[in-house]
Amino acid sequence: MNKGKPADLLSGPLHVVNVGLESFSEQLKDLGVDVVQVDWSPPAAGDPDLARLLSKLGA
Amino acid sequence: MITVNRVRRAFYLDSVALMRHSRVLAGMDGVAEAAMMMGTPANQAIMREAGLLDMDAASAQGGDLIIGVRADTQAAAEAAVEEAARRLDQASTQITREEEWRPRSIRTAVAAAADTNLALISVPGAFAAAEARKAVRRGLHAMIFSDNVPLDEEISLKQEARDCGLLVMGPDCGTSIINGVPLAFANRVPNGNIAIVGASGTGIQEVSCLIAAADSGVTHAIGVGGRDMTDAVGGLSTIMALDLLEHDSGTDHIVIISKPPSQSVARKVIESVAESSKSFTICFIGAGSLELPPNAQFAGTLKSAALLAVGREPDDLALPTPRIAPKGRERIRGLFSGGTLCAEAQIVLSNLGRQVVSNAPVPGAMADTDAKDADRLIDLGADEYTQGRPHPMIDPSVRDAELKAALTDSSVAVILLDVVIGFGAHDDPAGHLAHLLDGAQGDAPLVIASVTGTEDDPQCRSSQAAKLERAGVLIAPSNADAAALALACLNR
Repeated sequence: MNKGKPADLLSGPLHVVNVGLESFSEQLKDLGVDVVQVDWSPPAAGDPDLARLLSKLGA
Repeated sequence: MITVNRVRRAFYLDSVALMRHSRVLAGMDGVAEAAMMMGTPANQAIMREAGLLDMDAASAQGGDLIIGVRADTQAAAEAAVEEAARRLDQASTQITREEEWRPRSIRTAVAAAADTNLALISVPGAFAAAEARKAVRRGLHAMIFSDNVPLDEEISLKQEARDCGLLVMGPDCGTSIINGVPLAFANRVPNGNIAIVGASGTGIQEVSCLIAAADSGVTHAIGVGGRDMTDAVGGLSTIMALDLLEHDSGTDHIVIISKPPSQSVARKVIESVAESSKSFTICFIGAGSLELPPNAQFAGTLKSAALLAVGREPDDLALPTPRIAPKGRERIRGLFSGGTLCAEAQIVLSNLGRQVVSNAPVPGAMADTDAKDADRLIDLGADEYTQGRPHPMIDPSVRDAELKAALTDSSVAVILLDVVIGFGAHDDPAGHLAHLLDGAQGDAPLVIASVTGTEDDPQCRSSQAAKLERAGVLIAPSNADAAALALACLNR
């Protein structure tokens, strides 16, 4: 697990993981920003309540 | 009319891509309406309302994709559904063929790249907080572009992030700039020594662009989400952002932008400001003046916030010469893509003594029930205009029907428009407007617009302004100036 420190965000270069709209990844790539696009699909068979529960359990 | 549905199980495509495909289907012969949406309950309700959902498709789950077509004939509907299927096949092949590796989760992405420090999240709102929580638990800051995130989820997520020393921007955060990098809907502004913390995306865009126009620049612009400064959320992200900026050596001055916050949040923010070593401009749009510590100044509009931040007087911008609006007409009609720009225009006109109605009224304006004896300012990004449709900053045609109606309304003397450009926005909103205005009659209302953007944006501010000017539009240097100019033209 990363040990993020608050200052990391504002003081150094951005390293982005993009989850959702691909156009945001393309925009960042065009600007030379380090970005990884997640191949996302709705978790827990598309059940938001179950997805929420799983995220709280750390899954 | 025939409605035909197909459900593709466990198939995801992002909403912008789906809207692009939907528009092609809607333009096919004999098709009245078409939509492709993920099968969440909210999307199913929208499709049902539009007559695009039959009983069959209602069994779809949130992870399934629904194709809905309403057409004159069965054959036309079937042809459109086939075209949709072909497009989806093509999209999935394209993704498979791409050589670039794509992790299936945030966890895998972080495991492969330990220096990842920000998750940008724009999945459907029902899933966005869960994804953001995964990011926070892996030590990442998060920006949540998605809206419709449940309030209790926002609060618990922000509390958890704060306890880890991490920042959550959003939900419903349209704009941020971190270290000069525009995220989502932002503009390319020069680097400088001014930071912005804002609960409004278009508010951040207008202020950052006006700072750029005044030859200054921005270190960071941190969007906190529209609900952050409410009592319920308690300004969790705003306070975290101010803490981060306090330790940012490049930032000398901080602009805070929000609708008037709750009293308790205003108190917390002002306490943070008083303890800070930086100077501040506080723009609580529509609030009266505030009692502020010596290191802070109050701005009532976005324009005055930008000018005060760069050390100028709030009225220090030259207005173009007013033109004469058609005689015998009294009303101003504002058609806005930016909610905060709509709010700012309401305040400017109200302060100048006009009676204003709006679908999103600020204190002092009235709800949009009877527009006959008042100026009517419409926020076209509000839910009633955008449910199941893209935001007008992405798809300027959302404004078309209201603009055509205003152009032929004999009570309207001046039409006010905002044109917001930058990353994420439509590639030529001015061209779209100019095309519509070309067909206007000789006695049509005077059209006044402002262009929120910079020369370095993909659309280029001066090119967009020139297109509008060629179509007869009077261009103001800012949104607030456009509203003031509208009244000056009426009074000539």
